[in-house]
Amino acid sequence: MSLIDVRNVSFSYTRQRKTLHDVSLTLEKGRNLGIVGESGSGKTTLLRILLGLNRPTTGDVSFEGKRLDPRNREFMRRFRCGVQAVFQDPYSSLDPRQRVFDIIAEPLRSLGIEGDRRTAVMQAMSAVGLTADAAERYPHEFSGGQRQRIAIARAIVSRPDVILADEVVSALDLSTRIRIVELLKDLSQTTTFVLVSHDLSLVSSLCEDVIILERGHIVESGKTRDILANPSHAYTRTLLASIPRMPV
Amino acid sequence: MSDTATITASPQGKKRRSWTFTIGAAIVGLHLLIGLMTLIWTPFDPAAMSGGRLEGASLTHLAGTDRLGRDLFSLIMIGSRIALTVGCGAIVIGGLIGITIGLLAAFASRTLDDILAAGLDILIAFPTLLLAMLIVAASDGASLETAIVAIGVANSAIVARLTRILTKRVLSMDYITAARISGTSWIGVVWIHILPNIWPTLLVNLALQFGLAVIAEASLSYLGLGAPPPNASWGRLLQEAQATVYSAPLGAIAPGIALVSLVIGINLLADGLRDLADPTRRSRR
Amino acid sequence: MTDLLKIDGLTIQTGGKSLVADLSLSIAGGERLGLIGESGSGKSLTALAAIGLLPDALKASGSVLLDGKQVVGARDRDLVPLRGTTAATVFQEPLTALDPLVKIGRQVGEAVKRRAKRDGRATDKASIAKEVLALLDQVALPDPQRIIDAWPHEISGGQRQRAAIAMALACKPKLLIADEPTTALDVTTQAEILALLARLVRERDMALLFISHDLPVVAGAVDRVVVMQHGRIVESGPVSDVFRQPHHPYTQSLVAAARAFDDALEIAG
Repeated sequence: MSLIDVRNVSFSYTRQRKTLHDVSLTLEKGRNLGIVGESGSGKTTLLRILLGLNRPTTGDVSFEGKRLDPRNREFMRRFRCGVQAVFQDPYSSLDPRQRVFDIIAEPLRSLGIEGDRRTAVMQAMSAVGLTADAAERYPHEFSGGQRQRIAIARAIVSRPDVILADEVVSALDLSTRIRIVELLKDLSQTTTFVLVSHDLSLVSSLCEDVIILERGHIVESGKTRDILANPSHAYTRTLLASIPRMPV
Repeated sequence: MSDTATITASPQGKKRRSWTFTIGAAIVGLHLLIGLMTLIWTPFDPAAMSGGRLEGASLTHLAGTDRLGRDLFSLIMIGSRIALTVGCGAIVIGGLIGITIGLLAAFASRTLDDILAAGLDILIAFPTLLLAMLIVAASDGASLETAIVAIGVANSAIVARLTRILTKRVLSMDYITAARISGTSWIGVVWIHILPNIWPTLLVNLALQFGLAVIAEASLSYLGLGAPPPNASWGRLLQEAQATVYSAPLGAIAPGIALVSLVIGINLLADGLRDLADPTRRSRR
Repeated sequence: MTDLLKIDGLTIQTGGKSLVADLSLSIAGGERLGLIGESGSGKSLTALAAIGLLPDALKASGSVLLDGKQVVGARDRDLVPLRGTTAATVFQEPLTALDPLVKIGRQVGEAVKRRAKRDGRATDKASIAKEVLALLDQVALPDPQRIIDAWPHEISGGQRQRAAIAMALACKPKLLIADEPTTALDVTTQAEILALLARLVRERDMALLFISHDLPVVAGAVDRVVVMQHGRIVESGPVSDVFRQPHHPYTQSLVAAARAFDDALEIAG
């Protein structure tokens, strides 16, 4: 079943320059998708369009087969419940004035999700490996990796079908990074991830499918395995060759 | 940024309150106490002749008497009440108008934001005194209310500009995007995220504005644009003492000291508030 | 050969807490040393201490000899001649390392002029401009004539980092300190900058102190590594030895993490 469908989407901030050219993609349930691109590739814009924060200039985005329409409030609420996000910078993505409990509970409150809030929050916290006593603390008391766990807990608390993750580990240290990747692997048993990143090795460890973006165009897309084994586009080859490796 | 147990609690138990806050609160509290007391009691009837003209300081008349023989200390005590009333009133008016306009400008489209910003700059360029004179001219004459409104409106422009900048900074943070994805409405964003985050800076600024309002009120009264008699504003006391400042300097010095002490107290309080209002600063100590 | 930088028993403290404890390392002329550590390990503080740029709140003790001169406890005024000529630094974020209100050509020009003055060479406009152009050419900036007239925000992140490197080179340092120089950059740009640094270090026979948390990046850039954790050195040695057979558990975990990402690429490929 396809969760999100993007059909021939183009986007331009200004009239002169297009940020995205005719982008199409399908997100299947249970198949993580990596969107790989460098700065200026339009990957952040694509992410904002997938989140319904920007509307495509031309083309359509649909969720569970239905077109996104900001005026259809009931459907948008369903969409917000079903699609959550985690951002790159764990420092700017958590409100410094709110306790961890309130941060994680925000989707429950704002989307009016029924049920015991405390239980839901505690479940989300234990799922990301946070201890219960973290709930009453403020974000500044935590390290970057812990903050990213809080942000992930906020994203999973509404039990979404899709989580869009924008460079979630690039601000973290190596050993923290690998633990967060492990966490995302665990979570992807129940949730489908869209991983936006410049890092092919990260994408290959988490995503079944991948699309490569260069300057607003999809230059290559398909199974991660196939593309890494046989990159057909020159840019993909450059990207692969640029990744620093450990000495053998 | 190791992911391991950095959860160790910060030493929040011992909260070292800043000395500026303590001293500031003490001074402002004293003025407040005196101001409230004048509602029921003053040493002498402030309107009646209770001694000779222009007496010096004595045990009966702590700050001497004015040229009508009224007890200056009683008048200065009432001045505290007036100053605090005007300050509070001006802050409430300035805060309400300023924060509303500032939030609107921050959320507005580019064009509207530009217009509002230009309007604020013009309003800020306007001297408070000129504004007050216009408001007095437009109303039935000078009163305590016109003074409060005039100072409040003048303050609102500065508060609005600050609110706008602070709000824009908060709006650029990822947690605002996260809130929108969580389905939080714009009004919810303002209440849950923006106001709590801009509040500490705003509060400090409002406290400083309070001090300026007290001075502005004294200036207005000095020019006869403030509260009319029998309201004994410090500004009017200063103005009345001007003619006799060489023969009886105490008439100018005493209300001057009262004015300066209140303003210093408020500024110290503002400084101290900054630390108290911010949870990140509080526990970093 | 005497050591260009010799740190002996360096301890950096603030408020009774040690951020760096009893650290010793040395770099000989022309040698490339990698300093590996995660955030909070004290690796950047060590680099700052090496050129005497520690913030006042931090107290350093021990000994840091930069080209034979004691840096710890020295007056700032005495260190100024060492900076740039003996050791120059390239930082992580090229946008903050460059003054946003000065054109690239003039920023590099200032550095060139300082060096020329010290050497007693001509500081007239023409010769400075010629040298700036040569420097920008060396760091492989495309269309250097255009870059000279560009503001920092007008060029890309990679180009800014190249400009920052050109500035560091302007003083012909014997030691180049690179503090996470590629962390803020894209993968392809990172590869280019790493190749550039490798070439420059080789051609100019500079020593390199390369600071990073990213093991594979360090692996390609240096000969010898020092691994830091919580302000202490836990392991050191030639790159090949440390990365193939790490002894300390912390190094082992780092190497395992880095290999896991490598493997992800291999398995898929």
